[in-house]
Amino acid sequence: MPNMSLNKNPMPAQEPKVRAHNFSEVALGYTEETAINEAERCLNCNNMPCVTGCPVNIHIPEFISKVKEGEFEEAYKIINQTSSLPAVCGRVCPQETQCECKCVRGIKGEPVGIGRLERFVADWHNAHTGKMTSDIVCNEHKVAVVGSGPSGLTCAGDLAKKGYKVTVYEALHTAGGVLVYGIPEFRLPKAIVAKEVETLKALGVEIETNVIIGKTLTVDELFDMGFEAVFIGSGAGLPNFMGIPGESYKGVYSANEFLTRSNLMKAYLDEPETPIMKGGNVAVVGGGNVAMDAARTALRLGAEHVYIVYRRSMEELPARKEEVEHAQEEGIDFRLLNNPVEILGYNNPDDPRDPKNGFVTGMKCIKMELGEPDERGRRRLVPVEESEFVLDVDTVIISIGTSPNPLIKNTTDGLEVNSRGGIIISEDGLTSRQGVYAGGDAVTGAATVISAMGAGKTAAKAIDEYIMSKEKV
Amino acid sequence: MYRIVSKKRLNLTVTQMEIYAPLVAAKAKPGQFIILRVDENGERIPLTVAGIDAENGTVKIIFQIVGKTTKMLDSKNEGESIQDFAGPLGVATHTDGIRKVCIVGGGVGCAIAMPVAQEFHRLGAEVTSIIGFRNKDLLILEDEFKACSDRLTVMTDDGSYARQGNVTIPLKEYLEAGEKFDMIITIGPLIMMKFVVAAAKPFDVPVTVSMNPIMIDGTGMCGGCRLTLNKDGKKVTKFACVDGPDFNGYEVDFDEAMSRGRMYAEYERHAYDKACNLLKEGI
Repeated sequence: MPNMSLNKNPMPAQEPKVRAHNFSEVALGYTEETAINEAERCLNCNNMPCVTGCPVNIHIPEFISKVKEGEFEEAYKIINQTSSLPAVCGRVCPQETQCECKCVRGIKGEPVGIGRLERFVADWHNAHTGKMTSDIVCNEHKVAVVGSGPSGLTCAGDLAKKGYKVTVYEALHTAGGVLVYGIPEFRLPKAIVAKEVETLKALGVEIETNVIIGKTLTVDELFDMGFEAVFIGSGAGLPNFMGIPGESYKGVYSANEFLTRSNLMKAYLDEPETPIMKGGNVAVVGGGNVAMDAARTALRLGAEHVYIVYRRSMEELPARKEEVEHAQEEGIDFRLLNNPVEILGYNNPDDPRDPKNGFVTGMKCIKMELGEPDERGRRRLVPVEESEFVLDVDTVIISIGTSPNPLIKNTTDGLEVNSRGGIIISEDGLTSRQGVYAGGDAVTGAATVISAMGAGKTAAKAIDEYIMSKEKV
Repeated sequence: MYRIVSKKRLNLTVTQMEIYAPLVAAKAKPGQFIILRVDENGERIPLTVAGIDAENGTVKIIFQIVGKTTKMLDSKNEGESIQDFAGPLGVATHTDGIRKVCIVGGGVGCAIAMPVAQEFHRLGAEVTSIIGFRNKDLLILEDEFKACSDRLTVMTDDGSYARQGNVTIPLKEYLEAGEKFDMIITIGPLIMMKFVVAAAKPFDVPVTVSMNPIMIDGTGMCGGCRLTLNKDGKKVTKFACVDGPDFNGYEVDFDEAMSRGRMYAEYERHAYDKACNLLKEGI
């Protein structure tokens, strides 16, 4: 008999008051008993609606059945057929809008905790099993992947499993892309990312760090080097700023910079080599997952008070519900329907050597209200007259998205991009250049890890078909 | 890992290294920069290239010991390796159509000015160089500049070597005497570049300045290197790593750039003192 409890087994987590001051992982993961109990909630539906909700089509009921039986390694093998990064996805995927929102159990009660089970299985595998031995037969075809973020790693993993010799080029000094520079340790421990990268290396994927495609090598040179196809997963690019006065004051960061300093450069450690502003009051502008990450990072770095300043209401806030709840529990102060109009700073022209000169002292905001819906049904935002006020902050972190990086576009003839700079692709990931595929944020602008993985997967399939069809000719 | 092929002290605080990085050497052009990390967990710092030897696969860097990272870098010896060396980054110095150029370098900025001067010399342009230092002990690269310049003026602030005064004095003399430069290229401390721009302004000569703000990734991802340009009365935000490091000197907001450059001054001083103590203990 299935477990007919209406609720998911809760995820054990660190106490909010404790975790607000450390960088250890917030969610602690299921035990074997809890995992089996949760797996028993799955009805093993014939039509598998959950699978259609997954961008990489993990065989969800199959792996859950194995969990029910306590066959955790078998469960891992099923997930691993379609996902190259299970321990990552189990942590950062928005399951509530993907697999879980299609779950039949969600009609009355909560859906099966698919994400929690995926994480459990991946962690169980990493804790109990050594490297997977691979029986891959190399097909001698070479493919280059640009960027080692979620789309690039997925594309590389899928192609390697098919026998391709894949080289991944990474501009930074560590592989993982946004998984290492963007998502904080307390949400996705870097050791887990490193482990997933090691798994790919065991499949024969080579990773070359410190190579900036578009600078160190161009896409055309990759073809000259014997690669038959190139996948571009170069990720998000230049951070957007608001264009309001005061954004150059010291203490104003883009979320990319703030998170990179803390995550990739490990500024959260005691006595780090790379500095970061800690303490005081912090305002994070924006309402996405990145904004939540920045706010919770600032809190853990020792901020006294952290605000999320978002111009719309909670209903429109784009971050995952779970992230918002975690942030609220930890004491992040949400200032909704507030729009920044100016960042204020200290200026003392009489004493240019005054060390306080040029630092942020506050942020002026105006209150907003939601007006009539526009043609697309989105309610217009209207500033409330004479409602300006000043938030007393020392640091402002701007988290309002990014624009694609221009380095590859500028050095690749014939690569077409849209008006926002995103690379234009067909349904299967092909760009305007033969043999050049793309996916992830470089195409869509800032989006989720799993959608980037889905794009990497789609492109890997298309690259395989392209190279195999060439061979037949 | 990237091997240090040669190391040479140019003066008490300035060191030159050649690093084996064939992919970077094959592509680098004067005016571009690299990002390096000395060791695992080290900071990423940008350094503009001071020379390129594509044949032997080496890139020359010249750096002043100003903080912990440069101190650690200086403690490495020939034959040892550094953790990371990525590039070339940024846009190379524009040379098209420039037949008569004035290169104005200050302090360790002369190390970056040198390959630019050499490139113009190689292209057959007429090169006038003005290089300035605080005093005789800090003088670097005089012979190298002599070899690639049609005219060279050396200045020291205290007069302990060559002419006394700052670099704007001979620049103004040239301009007042009616010299028509197609371009003035200045590389050095921000305050010096600001004064070079001010000196050139009345003569309506274009000035290119080389900016070196705080950076992390160097590839256009973090936005930390942003600076403000005043373009026709409008403020425009640019990123030194992808849009620069060269900019039109008349447009750059130098006061803002100077302020932003001091963001971590307190922190850096503390880290530097600590690094010095550690190195002393090590000895």
